[in-house]
Amino acid sequence: MTTTTTPPETAREAPPETRASDNAVVKGAGRVVDFVDQRITASNWLKRNIRKVFPDHWSFLLGEIALFSLILIILSGVFLTLWFKPSMAHITYEGAYIPLRGVGLSEAYASTLELSFEVRGGLLMRQVHHWATLVFIAAMSAHMLRIFFTGAFRKPRELNWLVGLSLLVLGITNGFTGYSLPDDLLSGTGLRIIEGGMLAIPVVGTYLSFFIFGGEYPGDDIISRLYPIHILLVPGLILALVALHLMLLWYQKHTQYPGAGKSDRNVVGYPFFPVYVAKAGGFQFIVWGFIFLMAATIQINPVWFWGPYDPSQVTAGTQPDWYVGFLDGALRVMPAWGIDILGHELALSVLIPAVILPGLILTPLALYPWIEQKVTGDTREHHVLDRPRNMPVRTGLGVGFIVFYILLWIAGGNDFFATILEIPVNWISRFLQFSIILGPPLAFWVTKRICLGLQRRDREKVLHGRESGIIVVSPDGEFSERHQPLEHGDAYALTAHDRIEPIEPGPATDASGVPNPAYKKERRRARLSRFYFGDVIQKPTREEMEQAHHNGHGELESGAHEEHPGDQVTTR
Amino acid sequence: MSPSTSRRNGRWLGRALSRRRRHPMAAVAVLLVVLFACGSAYATLSPSSAPASTTTAAQTTQIEEGRQLFAIGCASCHGLNGEGQVREDGTVLGPSLVGVGAASVDFQVGTGRMPMAAPGAQAERKQPAYNEEQIAALAAYVDSFAPGPDIPDESMVNVDAEGVDVARGGVLFRTNCAQCHSATGQGGALTYGQHAPNLTGVEPKHIYEAMITGPQAMPVFNDELLGPEEKRDIIAYLKNVEDQPDPGGLGIGRAGPVSEGLWAWLVGIGGLIAFAAWVVTRSAAAKSGSWRSSS
Amino acid sequence: MSTQDEDAKRLTGELEKTPADHPEQAGEVERQAPDGDPIPDPGLHDPGPRLTEIDTRAAKRAERQVAGMFTLASVFIVASIVAYVIFGIDGGEEGVDIGDVQVSNFALGITLGMAMLLIGVGAVQWARALMTSPEFAEKRKPLRSSDDVRESALASFDTGAAETGFGRRKMIRNSLLGALALLPLPAIVLLRDLGPTPGNAKEHTVWAEGVRLLTDVTFEPIRAADLEIGQLVNVMPATYEELPDHGPERINERAKSPVMLIRMLPEEINAAAGRENWHVDGIVAYSKICTHVGCPISLYERTTHHMLCPCHQSTFDLANNGEVIFGPATRALPQLPIAVDSEGFLVAQSDFTEPVGPSYWEREA
Repeated sequence: MTTTTTPPETAREAPPETRASDNAVVKGAGRVVDFVDQRITASNWLKRNIRKVFPDHWSFLLGEIALFSLILIILSGVFLTLWFKPSMAHITYEGAYIPLRGVGLSEAYASTLELSFEVRGGLLMRQVHHWATLVFIAAMSAHMLRIFFTGAFRKPRELNWLVGLSLLVLGITNGFTGYSLPDDLLSGTGLRIIEGGMLAIPVVGTYLSFFIFGGEYPGDDIISRLYPIHILLVPGLILALVALHLMLLWYQKHTQYPGAGKSDRNVVGYPFFPVYVAKAGGFQFIVWGFIFLMAATIQINPVWFWGPYDPSQVTAGTQPDWYVGFLDGALRVMPAWGIDILGHELALSVLIPAVILPGLILTPLALYPWIEQKVTGDTREHHVLDRPRNMPVRTGLGVGFIVFYILLWIAGGNDFFATILEIPVNWISRFLQFSIILGPPLAFWVTKRICLGLQRRDREKVLHGRESGIIVVSPDGEFSERHQPLEHGDAYALTAHDRIEPIEPGPATDASGVPNPAYKKERRRARLSRFYFGDVIQKPTREEMEQAHHNGHGELESGAHEEHPGDQVTTR
Repeated sequence: MSPSTSRRNGRWLGRALSRRRRHPMAAVAVLLVVLFACGSAYATLSPSSAPASTTTAAQTTQIEEGRQLFAIGCASCHGLNGEGQVREDGTVLGPSLVGVGAASVDFQVGTGRMPMAAPGAQAERKQPAYNEEQIAALAAYVDSFAPGPDIPDESMVNVDAEGVDVARGGVLFRTNCAQCHSATGQGGALTYGQHAPNLTGVEPKHIYEAMITGPQAMPVFNDELLGPEEKRDIIAYLKNVEDQPDPGGLGIGRAGPVSEGLWAWLVGIGGLIAFAAWVVTRSAAAKSGSWRSSS
Repeated sequence: MSTQDEDAKRLTGELEKTPADHPEQAGEVERQAPDGDPIPDPGLHDPGPRLTEIDTRAAKRAERQVAGMFTLASVFIVASIVAYVIFGIDGGEEGVDIGDVQVSNFALGITLGMAMLLIGVGAVQWARALMTSPEFAEKRKPLRSSDDVRESALASFDTGAAETGFGRRKMIRNSLLGALALLPLPAIVLLRDLGPTPGNAKEHTVWAEGVRLLTDVTFEPIRAADLEIGQLVNVMPATYEELPDHGPERINERAKSPVMLIRMLPEEINAAAGRENWHVDGIVAYSKICTHVGCPISLYERTTHHMLCPCHQSTFDLANNGEVIFGPATRALPQLPIAVDSEGFLVAQSDFTEPVGPSYWEREA
């Protein structure tokens, strides 16, 4: 395959092309490049990619936090596997932790105690592994919200949106399997709830549970079965998808926020080498160091307190890790619905929150890029991000979802919050049952209003400049506030977005009275388009800009003119 | 989280109190508080009884002293002879104390739960209103109505005694107690505003008494079915857990995953975003910039 | 063109000004309003040189800073090894001293954390202060291939497809698709032996007529007189003790058979028809396994007779046949009928009369 592209034999003798430098490191690197190049034409790839540009913004580092915590999870996880025994064999504990000596428990739990109390650094690695996981999934979620609110999922990045969503689901899955492995009272109770969810699945539920647990719950198989899923299967899938995620990112180049000099046809930022090698490489160590400091100072999952799993024991305040909390919350606030289908029992109060709800959340999330594309009819490539205010409906939908999620999450800790706030837990549950239905639409409406307000303010700023706080009295005694014109680049950033008007449906009948067969479809789409864009505040037109300059503000602005020569917003 | 939480909490309580200002029982509550204050003042100022020559005489004096204290501090709800009082509408003002025993009095008064300012859902632990001698007198008086569980003696709650099995105490605790008080003894929510209290810092004697008397909503765990040794093991386990340092660092309430999740977001993601915001900046510029190409 | 030249041209915007080679995109919707952007793009902003680029002393200072952080990181790494060695946690026969673990965890975590943090902060500071690359624009190529490339790719595919005769040779195609469709089946079949079929396992526990109720953990038989009003006892069946110590039977039974024994005033019990003699003098026995998703519950309030599940707050009224009064559970808590045997100990009258634990499909509604 490479024969046609291999350089001629003589090239081997030619000195590798490097920058004029006597630096030994550069010379060494040159030799490596030469070696690789003569085998896989590496220089070609290197030349195109080593100076690849990446834009700089703090919100672009959320994904990096996720990536680096993932690597840390894998490294600390490998350490843990060296001691952990994935076995439910029943033993009598004779280890170092006195308050459990002589208690019957499983080898998995005993080896977790051994890691915590008999291996130097073992507790640290357990805590690093667990904190890194909480941070990993939180960072993925925050990253995904950033993508959503800035419209980075639009063409050409729909595929990467799906890859990212899959990564989030896999991350949560693996987090849960890991939560179950130490076989402590909380992890066992979590599994019990999962089993209850399985049993609610019609027809196959009981069989599913018996196959997964190797018979009746809990059996003595589940931990050795979850183990390969936790350390091999899901991590393998995650790594493969992360590779795909990064390759797509690399190939499609990063998006950027609107601003002077930035367009859909370029990407502005710093070169990968050296700036991002140093910054991203450095940030990796910052993330690792930070998580180590958390693990050194904040205790997480003290399994020795929860005790070994015993299906007849439970502790008050039984909760899952935060990323499963919303599902547990849904289980808590679901009304007690159950129906009888031909003499079979269908526990809707379990089936809906545990099985149907995840699907109801994931399906629209996965399809959202296409849904929005359908509404806008926009098939262009987008590399400049939206400012969330310029898409009030999308932003409102996103905030509505966040409110829905957070309310479910609060429901998942309703007993915790009841204890802290000293409010009856029953009141919290009742309140949440209503607010989960009413809260998201309200949040949508409020957010949309705020976005429209911000849009209006942007428009004012572009037309009349920013309020300087300086009050001027005219000779006639009239008070007015002096407006400072925006810097040219700032004004450009506020107006760089598209002017989107809602689509109008075509006429129901054409000129000769023949009904338009696509009219119904068009009308539906027009209605959706009006929902999205009907009341957005448009950026000013050129005419409006000129108008604004002639109506007297121009004089005030001219006062500031001298301070910023050349930066004055002008219209042509 | 915590400042705003306590503020909200405070507001909620404030509202609840001001709402009940005109409650029909408000006057009674105020009266009780005043009576209680007078009682306490009297109790503190009155000369303590002199030691009697014989034990029986001492007991009689103690019971008599208890009767006086009871008449002032407790009788308004529980009745002069501890028979209890029921309001006309059938609600219990104070339950009968016949047969509750000295242990019950020692627990309720010794942990400050009694006297209550007003009848309510649940009495809270607070600074005791009586000194040890007075509590003993009250206990002796109430015990004289009818025999009940006795105050455990020192040896029954000595967690350092020979043969105490902390690990067994842990198993018993997780089987019988953790469902309400949580595996770390931090307490937890029950139905309609009732809650299982935090066990941190509670005297071993009072834990024992709570088990044998079943105060308020708590069920009874008597000595027949949960023997004195088992109780001592449970208390030893609780004290062990309480005295244990948190090897992993801050205990963050030993409350489990919800507080861990809050910390992961607030400290973890919050801190890393702060670093990210620094990573993307440039070091100080020498002078103000310019547009590279102006149209 | 060398990279340097390219960078230089990007800086001056030369590359930017080359005509865009975006082809007309199929289906592109013209959304730009006719008047276009009201404000023209002023082009990239040049923030000017950093202090370190024009002041050698500032540069030297930054260099010392970065090198200092890297050096300090080395110190922390060495310190972590020292901490590993000097802060032991081996308590021998006496068991571990938790304070030792706390010290070891803190010392190792702080030293390693600080080492990594300093390496990271140093590297980033190097880039922020000393790496001279300015921000520049790189052109994006459209991701869509040009029309002729697309056409020739399609043509190549057509050629290949025609060579297989996939469309014409229907027999080959269909038999292949059939074989591929069947292939996942063995993957499912091979998993069959993961577990037995449920059978009627969920309908029974080891409770049976005459099985004594034993206190959990201590396994002592219980006399009715032992219970006071308001008492709660966590109970296991006497047959549980006979189960083998190893293997899953014991733990499986723990997930099904635990029972709570509670005594209340007999007149407080509002027994349903047929359950009048299921209690002994106000002593009632209920399954400890929640009917919602199976958490063990024994959060009993003696004053209200509420039994609360700590997982999802289902609340059952034990004075009223275990009916659900709050929360997501749909079924009452199963009651175990009890009696007193000839020696005066509490025994079960029978097994539970309905399956314990969460609802499942085969369960009769």
